[in-house]
Amino acid sequence: MMDDIQLIQTIERYLEGKMQPEEKAFFEQQRKTVPEIDQMVVEHNMFTHQMEDFAANQRLKYKLHDVHNKLLVEGVITESENINTKAKLVHLWNRYRKVTAIAAVVGGAMALIISGMISYFAPTNKQAIQQLGQEVEKLKQGQRYQGNKINEVVSKMPKDAEVRGGGTGFLIDGKGYIVTNAHVLKGAFFANVYNDGKEYKTKIVFIDNDKDLAVLKIDDKDYTPIKSLPYGIAKHGIELGEEIFTLGYPRNEIVYNVGYLSAKTGYGGDTLSCQIQMSANPGNSGGPLLNKHGEVVGVISTKERQADGVTFAITSKYIFRLIDDIKKLDTSYQRIKLPAYSSIKSADRVNQIKQIEDCVFLIKAYN
Amino acid sequence: MKPELNEQALLEGLAENNSKAIEIIYKENFNIIQSYILNNNGSYDDARDIFQEAMIALYEKAQTESFVLTCKINTYIYSVCKRLWLKKLQQIGRYNNPLESYEETIQVEEDLEIHEKRNLDFSMMERALSSLGEPCRGLIENFYIKKVSMQDIAKQYGYTNADNAKTQKYKCLMRLKKLFFAQYNIGE
Repeated sequence: MMDDIQLIQTIERYLEGKMQPEEKAFFEQQRKTVPEIDQMVVEHNMFTHQMEDFAANQRLKYKLHDVHNKLLVEGVITESENINTKAKLVHLWNRYRKVTAIAAVVGGAMALIISGMISYFAPTNKQAIQQLGQEVEKLKQGQRYQGNKINEVVSKMPKDAEVRGGGTGFLIDGKGYIVTNAHVLKGAFFANVYNDGKEYKTKIVFIDNDKDLAVLKIDDKDYTPIKSLPYGIAKHGIELGEEIFTLGYPRNEIVYNVGYLSAKTGYGGDTLSCQIQMSANPGNSGGPLLNKHGEVVGVISTKERQADGVTFAITSKYIFRLIDDIKKLDTSYQRIKLPAYSSIKSADRVNQIKQIEDCVFLIKAYN
Repeated sequence: MKPELNEQALLEGLAENNSKAIEIIYKENFNIIQSYILNNNGSYDDARDIFQEAMIALYEKAQTESFVLTCKINTYIYSVCKRLWLKKLQQIGRYNNPLESYEETIQVEEDLEIHEKRNLDFSMMERALSSLGEPCRGLIENFYIKKVSMQDIAKQYGYTNADNAKTQKYKCLMRLKKLFFAQYNIGE
């Protein structure tokens, strides 16, 4: 092994022209007489070039990425939905194309028509509806559209809405940003959230199927932003045996549940998640997993079918990654700020829950 | 159409990976490409990917010694993007009557063939690197791609001195070479 390393070092010095004349002459003589060495030199030369090209290519990619982001921030180029309303529907279409089946899109188009018809009779929205009708036509024509804000479409939950799924979500920013599981929104175009008997409309900000996380933003004039959230989101992991609890909506009412961390990795050794001993039901998906200090340490995601009480949660560091990704993709979300500190550290459990429950929502996803 | 003088300077800048040159070319060309792709069944992500791919193709062309661009930069970028995007549409089966454009385009097939060949090489290197595992991958990337000095690498990875880190780097390099050439032989 050591000899090989010396040989490579020698070849490198030769190729880089760093040899003294006598050494060089000696080495060239060696090359001529030992074909293996000659072969190694050729091979190494070729490989180094490949590496250099690869490195240059990578550096250019990083630079292009930086330039792109810089120009986005400067507003020279734009990918923001708010500024360029024309492209919004296109953007949404593409986002959904990735996460839903074509069937869901057809369903979505139907929902657009229905919601258009319903709001048609509401005088305030008349203009928006007509534009909307056009949108649907264009959607059918092969997505060559000139868009208008879809928010106006979302503004009424259609009476015939088909509920596709539901679960739990919780605030990660008092301005109304909610984190949940991607699978909670599966196949849905819209989602409304509920807390304490009140209903709020939301906008789907981002879906990451790999992490199984999604972000919603409450987009409703009835919502009062919360200045500071009671809990912080932990950057560190949790320890085996640590006590944890969750709040969620396995039924239409909020339910408290407690358990402990049983393994640091999830199903089949998945490092994205951890395993907890706690009974959870389908509606718990997307709920916060909190430690005894009232810090969010994860997001409840799945449970094992065969074993009772075995539940998996996505660790909270992926919430940070998710938000980083969102900020990279769309600078209009730069203002999302995750809470760092828990203000309920020393409160007893009953009081912790009282404060947390205002921030945990029932989610209904529909088309 | 002959390129203007400052266009030549921009291309030289691009070939040297100069940020300012990249930024100017980006600024002048991105929006038109984005709207072309958005209006042609594409997304914002598609627009960025395709545009950056074209920038890389232009960079590769600018690096060849015999390089002379026989048209304006924007014509070249537009032609490459259009070609790449139509191909992508075909691949995903959404190629139904794409928008006709009236912009001037040139033949770029040959350039793109070379570009694709290079991408193939890069993906082999990428695969070799990713099957290398840590800390080898990090060592190699830091040294060869990010050009971090051996001293800093030793510190970062906790080697007692730069020489030990260097020995380790050579070991990693040999493994990487093996992985790379193994694919090469299969690929050929």
